[in-house]
Amino acid sequence: MKKYILAVLVDNKPGVLTHVSGLISRRAFNIESISAGYTEDEDVTRINIEVSVEDDRELEQVVNQLGKLIDVIKIVNLGLVDSIVRELVLLKVRATKGSLADIRNIVDIFRGNIVDVSPENVVIELTGSQSKINAICEMLEDFEIIEIARTGAIALSRGPIPIKNM
Amino acid sequence: MNGAQAILESLKRENVDLVFGYPGGAVLDLYDAVYQAKFPHILTRHEQGAVHAADGYARATGKVGVVFATSGPGATNLITGIATANMDSVPLVCFTGQVTNPLIGKDSFQEADIVGITTPITKHNYLVKKASELPRVIKEAFFIARTGRPGPVVIDIAKDVFTTMLDYEYPQKVKLRGYKGDFTGDEGQIRDVVEALGEAKRPVFFIGGGVTLSNQTEVMREIVKNTGIPVVSSLMGLGCIPAKQDGFLGMVGMHGSYAANMAVQKSDLLIGIGVRFDDRVTGKIDAFAPNAKIVHFEVDKAEINKNVFSHYPVIGDLRWSLPIFNEQLQGSGEDYLNRFAKWHKQVVDMDRECPFSYKTNDKVIMPQQLIDTVSSMVDENTIVVTDVGQHQMWAAQFFNSRNPRQFITSGGLGTMGYGLPAALGAKLGCPDKRVVLFTGDGSVMMNCQEMSTAADNNIDIKVVLLHNRVLGMVTQWQRMFYGKRYSQTLLGGKTDYVKLAQAMGMEACRIEKPQELEASLEKALNVKGPMLIDVMLPANEDVLPMVAPGAQLDNMVLGGAEA
Repeated sequence: MKKYILAVLVDNKPGVLTHVSGLISRRAFNIESISAGYTEDEDVTRINIEVSVEDDRELEQVVNQLGKLIDVIKIVNLGLVDSIVRELVLLKVRATKGSLADIRNIVDIFRGNIVDVSPENVVIELTGSQSKINAICEMLEDFEIIEIARTGAIALSRGPIPIKNM
Repeated sequence: MNGAQAILESLKRENVDLVFGYPGGAVLDLYDAVYQAKFPHILTRHEQGAVHAADGYARATGKVGVVFATSGPGATNLITGIATANMDSVPLVCFTGQVTNPLIGKDSFQEADIVGITTPITKHNYLVKKASELPRVIKEAFFIARTGRPGPVVIDIAKDVFTTMLDYEYPQKVKLRGYKGDFTGDEGQIRDVVEALGEAKRPVFFIGGGVTLSNQTEVMREIVKNTGIPVVSSLMGLGCIPAKQDGFLGMVGMHGSYAANMAVQKSDLLIGIGVRFDDRVTGKIDAFAPNAKIVHFEVDKAEINKNVFSHYPVIGDLRWSLPIFNEQLQGSGEDYLNRFAKWHKQVVDMDRECPFSYKTNDKVIMPQQLIDTVSSMVDENTIVVTDVGQHQMWAAQFFNSRNPRQFITSGGLGTMGYGLPAALGAKLGCPDKRVVLFTGDGSVMMNCQEMSTAADNNIDIKVVLLHNRVLGMVTQWQRMFYGKRYSQTLLGGKTDYVKLAQAMGMEACRIEKPQELEASLEKALNVKGPMLIDVMLPANEDVLPMVAPGAQLDNMVLGGAEA
């Protein structure tokens, strides 16, 4: 299985996410993550979809089937162009007086931030590649991770050209 | 003008001359507007009947079929019909009522999430919560339904929208950023096909429903005439090339002709036109057309390489690609007729040696004989509609389809119960044509309430019931692959279909003996008004040839007159 990140520009209208997710389930595509948000154009939403596919033919099917949706304006496979990929994670970790210093050390090494502290826990914010996020999760397992929230991957191509002009 | 009136006004602008539907709470205001405007409307006896009737109307006329249904159960009753239309690329616009805006999402009385439910089976759908959106949404819906690869569009409308006043202006143009509707492509792709044809020795055209949908029959016929390339067809492509034309080998696939299947397997260049290489056509996909390079003329890019890898894709509307293909072939200076004459003769000989055939006897009427006899009695100004099962395959094999839109059947979804309402829609769309429905005693029961619609509206269809007291296609598989264990496929035989039709207000008769077949059919087919002809048939006849599921195309069980 190979993973790609598709940047999908869609009309900012109600029902669009239903159409996209409905298509994914109907065609039985494997989705690792999906996220959506506003863009520089208020009529356009950008959906970031991370797909796992067996081969190029399956990838072509995913792109072409998504492309058929009336509210899909443009799809670019950012896995095929030079691009920056990031994911944001929030981690709630058990922290005692004794362990707090160790946790801070690890967070510093990964260039994350502690954004909330209570007598029993900390909340850590970290942005990075998926492998970096996986790595910090592994390191923090010794302290007990209470809860994880991840955004899934988003990506942007390098250089001045936006995907709508690609 | 209120929302309901705006809908009817928009339908007029889209040249809609008939709506099929069923009223209910959420669409009372819409139906009040229908009443006041005297808008032409056919009341079916079930919402499923309405959507299949609109589908039959659309397939017979090439126009967009329009359906009204109420919220909740009214709308969910449309689902099978919408899925049927979606699989066969039939243009429909379905208006469904939704509960009022403040009640949406509260599990209100007769509420169902129709946009959510229909998303995987529509080309597009809308939930309209503001009356001001109606003109734009309706304009877009018709544009989307009829352009490109056609398909069904659902417009779900909150009940209060029907009574909200709006400043009505119907848009001239559609503005959709993600859909243009005109699909012209790269002429270079067509040149590549002409070049490939220059090297081919055994080319075959494989035509499908796309040729009919894009109204390109004439161009297709000219190409076939000028090149002499043999033609096979999918179920949906029947009628594009006259069934009896030399070099037309008939349907290909699971119940395709010997010659069609052999030609595909021997071919070195298989030219698919408006087809989607369905599994009922290809059989074992790895062994499909093993010696051939594949050409695929197709409007829907997502069909390319979906089931079969194309060496030469031609992506674009056939309205664009086929005329250019025709011109380039004529401009190539090649004498294709001469070049492919030997191959043409080879496949035509195969077809003559092993045509669709059957054995008759003087005790029982054979189903193929029935189709054959009806076929010989009606002219080309006849539309044949089928239901789904054995009778459908026999109709595909033995009915002499001579024109596009003449053979109407649920192909992709294979919907039992489609036939009767679709026949009503076809007749209402084409009142000058004779409409004959072939159905089975299994299929007809699935929407038999529409006999009442036929009778009350005096819709002149002839229902030819192939009555064998079994669910025939399933028993055939049980006979062949399940040790004759006829699990839940034997109907009791107590139902009197003649009385049923009569109770619904239709004329009806029964034919039991082969000796009376011709005379009785002749008489019944010429009765004025809706008529059911109950023809008693043996239960154990198989549809042959047959390629077993998962087998390769040239591995056929033949049967027929020689067996």
